[in-house]
Amino acid sequence: MATVELRFSASPEHVRTARLVAAAVARRAGVEESVLDELRLAVGEACSRAVGLHAAHALDTPVRVTLSEGEKAFSIEVGDDAPPPGGQRAEGPGDGEADQLGLAVIRGLVDDVQVTSDARGGLIRMSWPAKPPSLA
Amino acid sequence: MDLSLSTRSVGDRTVVEVGGEIDVYTAPKLREQLVELVNEGNHHLVVDMERVDFLDSTGLGVLVGGLKRVRAQEGSLRLVCNQERILKIFRITGLTKVFPIHATVDDAVSATD
Repeated sequence: MATVELRFSASPEHVRTARLVAAAVARRAGVEESVLDELRLAVGEACSRAVGLHAAHALDTPVRVTLSEGEKAFSIEVGDDAPPPGGQRAEGPGDGEADQLGLAVIRGLVDDVQVTSDARGGLIRMSWPAKPPSLA
Repeated sequence: MDLSLSTRSVGDRTVVEVGGEIDVYTAPKLREQLVELVNEGNHHLVVDMERVDFLDSTGLGVLVGGLKRVRAQEGSLRLVCNQERILKIFRITGLTKVFPIHATVDDAVSATD
């Protein structure tokens, strides 16, 4: 089960909120401080991309972010409701230059990343190693 | 934190001091500022990013757009940045090869290459 779920209307001004929430939950989950800047940037890129796709397809549904704390990893999923371009998600010819730059940044920052889709639309899955703080 | 922008002239260069966060929400303001400066005839720009806390690909896109505009006028766009977390974004996108990046505003203003 997701530790924290966030849905926000697909407007640029909410992307910062998503970044801040993701970084706060990741810190609590034991993601190393040195990685938090990269995590914040990657989540921001994924959310900006989703906001752009919703605008491009005139969708009024929210962008979905789930933040999940695992035993050894902290994972984030960012989901959009955009239809797959030409039957292929995310890297089809329908994507703009800005979108490609955003994906390039995510791939450069995150070792474990999947650009995929679910029943709703596109999905970017990212995870980072985490050591939950001991309770001792 | 929002984006802050201020400009000043140093010789024939125009220094744009940027502070705060450059992201999908604030990047349009930076784009407007750069377009306005170029349209007013300021073709040699120095963008001082020392007070930038956050930069994403939308911000990179705006800087690349600014570079295209000044180059069309045979101008230049130089960046000032010492922050590792910001420099990293330029490195992973290969843009360190596109932008001259300087350690200080003085270096950027006096650079002629």
